[in-house]
Amino acid sequence: MPDEELLRTEGLVKVFGRGKDEVRAVDGVDLTLARGEVTALVGQSGSGKSTLGRLLLRLMDPSAGRIRFDGRDVTEVRGADRRDYWREVQAVFQDPFAAFHQYRRVEATLATALQLLPPGTDGRALMEASLASVGLDAAETLAKRPHELSGGQRQRVMLARALMLQPRLLIADEATSMLDASVRVTVLNLLADLRDERGMTVLFVTHDLGQAYYLADRIAVMHRGRIVESGPAERIVAEPEHAYTRSLLADVPKLHRSA
Amino acid sequence: MKALKTLPPRFHAAAAVFLLIGAAGVIGPLVAPAAPGDLLGPSFQPPGADFLLGTDHLGRSVGIQLVHGIRTSLYIGLLAGIAGTVLGVLIGTLAGYRGGLVDEILMGLTNIMITVPAIIVLLLLSISLDTRSVTVMGVCIGAVSWPWTARAVRSQIASLRQREHVDIARLSGSRTWRIIAVELLPYMMSYIVMAFVIQLYGAILAEAALSLLGLGPAGTASLGVMLHWAIAWESIRGGQWWVFLTPTVFITAITFSLLLVQSSLDTVFNPRLRDGKAAR
Amino acid sequence: MTLARLTGLTAHYAAGDAKFHALDDVGLDVQSGQILGVVGESGCGKSTMASVLSLNPGPSLRVTSGTLAIGGKDVDLTDPASHRPLRGGTVALLPQGALNALNPTRRVGAMAHDILAAGDKRIKRAESLRRTAARLEALELPPRVLRAYPHQLSGGMRQRVVTALATLRNPRLLVADEPSSALDVSSQRLLVDLLRRLVSDGLVEGIVFITHDVALLSELADRIAVMYAGRVVEEAPARDLVGSPRHPYSQALLASVLVPEPGTRGRRLAGIPGSPPDLRAPIAGCPFEPRCEHAMDKCAVERPPRLVTGPRDDSCWRSVDTEEAAHAR
Repeated sequence: MPDEELLRTEGLVKVFGRGKDEVRAVDGVDLTLARGEVTALVGQSGSGKSTLGRLLLRLMDPSAGRIRFDGRDVTEVRGADRRDYWREVQAVFQDPFAAFHQYRRVEATLATALQLLPPGTDGRALMEASLASVGLDAAETLAKRPHELSGGQRQRVMLARALMLQPRLLIADEATSMLDASVRVTVLNLLADLRDERGMTVLFVTHDLGQAYYLADRIAVMHRGRIVESGPAERIVAEPEHAYTRSLLADVPKLHRSA
Repeated sequence: MKALKTLPPRFHAAAAVFLLIGAAGVIGPLVAPAAPGDLLGPSFQPPGADFLLGTDHLGRSVGIQLVHGIRTSLYIGLLAGIAGTVLGVLIGTLAGYRGGLVDEILMGLTNIMITVPAIIVLLLLSISLDTRSVTVMGVCIGAVSWPWTARAVRSQIASLRQREHVDIARLSGSRTWRIIAVELLPYMMSYIVMAFVIQLYGAILAEAALSLLGLGPAGTASLGVMLHWAIAWESIRGGQWWVFLTPTVFITAITFSLLLVQSSLDTVFNPRLRDGKAAR
Repeated sequence: MTLARLTGLTAHYAAGDAKFHALDDVGLDVQSGQILGVVGESGCGKSTMASVLSLNPGPSLRVTSGTLAIGGKDVDLTDPASHRPLRGGTVALLPQGALNALNPTRRVGAMAHDILAAGDKRIKRAESLRRTAARLEALELPPRVLRAYPHQLSGGMRQRVVTALATLRNPRLLVADEPSSALDVSSQRLLVDLLRRLVSDGLVEGIVFITHDVALLSELADRIAVMYAGRVVEEAPARDLVGSPRHPYSQALLASVLVPEPGTRGRRLAGIPGSPPDLRAPIAGCPFEPRCEHAMDKCAVERPPRLVTGPRDDSCWRSVDTEEAAHAR
């Protein structure tokens, strides 16, 4: 039902290159994100999932198709309208180190986000609150430079940056892929908390079906630019319908544990 | 920056040489007992008690000419270096960040300028512009030497632009000029500094070359002009080595010390070159 | 039968004044016809160990002690010069990112000849090609691959070519360092099948497979060794380790593994708070102590001994106490 949808794409296409070198990275995607849910976009490398993420973030223009956010058509927003969009949609990316400005302290990187907020906003208080919500001590963290933090800490800072804007939709683009297994769980739990406590909508882009299964309410499987199957996470894993989903599940290593 | 402590010894030696020469160029003219153009003694007097570096074909002091010449050459070099670097960075950044048609046009222009030999352009400019002022010469050399920097800056910017921290800055609402100034240029600083040093000594050599051809600045001494007169009056064959050797040695010293400074900076900015020595 | 035995490997990286204690008394056994998996998170030293095991240590690594007994020879790991001749021949390395390790300007046959000539200078080109063709055929690659450039082959074929080249000199032991990390799930599956076949067909006698992915090892390896902070904290048959891990770190690690199986959903998994220790300072007791929920006083000061019980071993004071209590009864 349209009321429960936060974001919807209609026939979204992104083509790179021309003529015979043409690559259809995103090839007609109809994706729906329900409010307050975590949707996992699962695909292997080359499936187009990261391109789709960037299209939804409006960091890239689509070749065709439409994006509707909360009923508004945002496919072509630019300038001030796009900055308004970014107050509602934010992201955490894959590489915890590359996302930071190497030479500036954490405080400076976080403060950049204040540009999108009204002039009188108490930046410091907001930063402290955001860092606390991801389990980091503001007094210690703000003064540090990125190389003084661990990978998990960096990702949490990036999450805090996104949360400063209190977005309605958070896109986590392989946000846990470069983290160790033990740290990964912490970040996944944070995302789950955002859904449970703040009703945030999350798009979790990943190649890892196990993480998707742990965290997400719905799973959409992407292959060669198209979404081949989507549905409740339980159902996708227990009763996959599409051949690709089935082969994906078969190839994923399992632990053979008895619960 | 901690990295500056890892500067190799040759940096300190080279920088010291360059600074000494520069100091001579600044202080020398102020303390010299006469003007460079004054006829002070017999022509082609060898170095001795009266004239530390002897006199030239007109009887002017080579020593006084030298310090004025250093000042002129360095002034032209600095002017050209700054002009060339600023132009190169501006054009390269614009082309690399915007991409598309802007990039194609600017790079087309750059490529044309690279293929036309700079010396020819300089020759034509010098001949057609009626003035022989030092400032004009500096600006002309700068106007001709920016393409190399522009190309290098453009490809750096184009690749830096893809980095995630640029995306994060965009998502945080940063506008284009802010992204260039805050997210891109600091990562380019090492590049820009090195490009400036290279342009500096390139310009000094260009001035020497132009002056050698008789197109040097009028009214003042420069190292190139000194060399020009030395050759015009056949000092090499005539045995008046001090007239010829003085400008040669100092042009070489300036250029070489700057070259060493630039290559040492490379080890600071490029950690991989550094670690090769540290791993022992 | 033991194919290779690594004992007492201790090594550090020297960077200026600081020493980075990458490995601390590491010991492993590889059985003939078996795959030993080594699992650990970043910084645990598994790649460093792989480089030493394959007789290919990095230039800034200083090995202060360690012996590798393989093929009847005892290799002194502290002396890199001594084991040059064995490299590639007795032990071969399948490196990380192997897919991109192929020289794009050379044909497969030429690279194969280089590899074989490194072991035997007198070998003729025709002979190299013949042996390589035989090996390619064993991996189901057509002979035309010999004349191909890497970019002319598909990803899957390249993976097999790299594996073939790594095993060309018939090494007894193959050390695979995170070969699957950059791969798709389906390519990973193919690689796993390929490696198992190498062992079952006798093309190599044993494999040491290093990864951060426990689930992958549970399907591939016969035995699994868990590394933390430069030490091996537990080693056991794969099924035993996955089913009943003893060391608290192994337990926590296995508890953070997320696979699409029932049981993963609906529970809140915990992860491991804190981070691995700074290896610039030598550690007296157990390196996991600060993060361990079962830590006792002596864990911080005394290094836990390696306790061997049947086919399993682990280094934990709790296991020692449990064992003693069991014997006391």
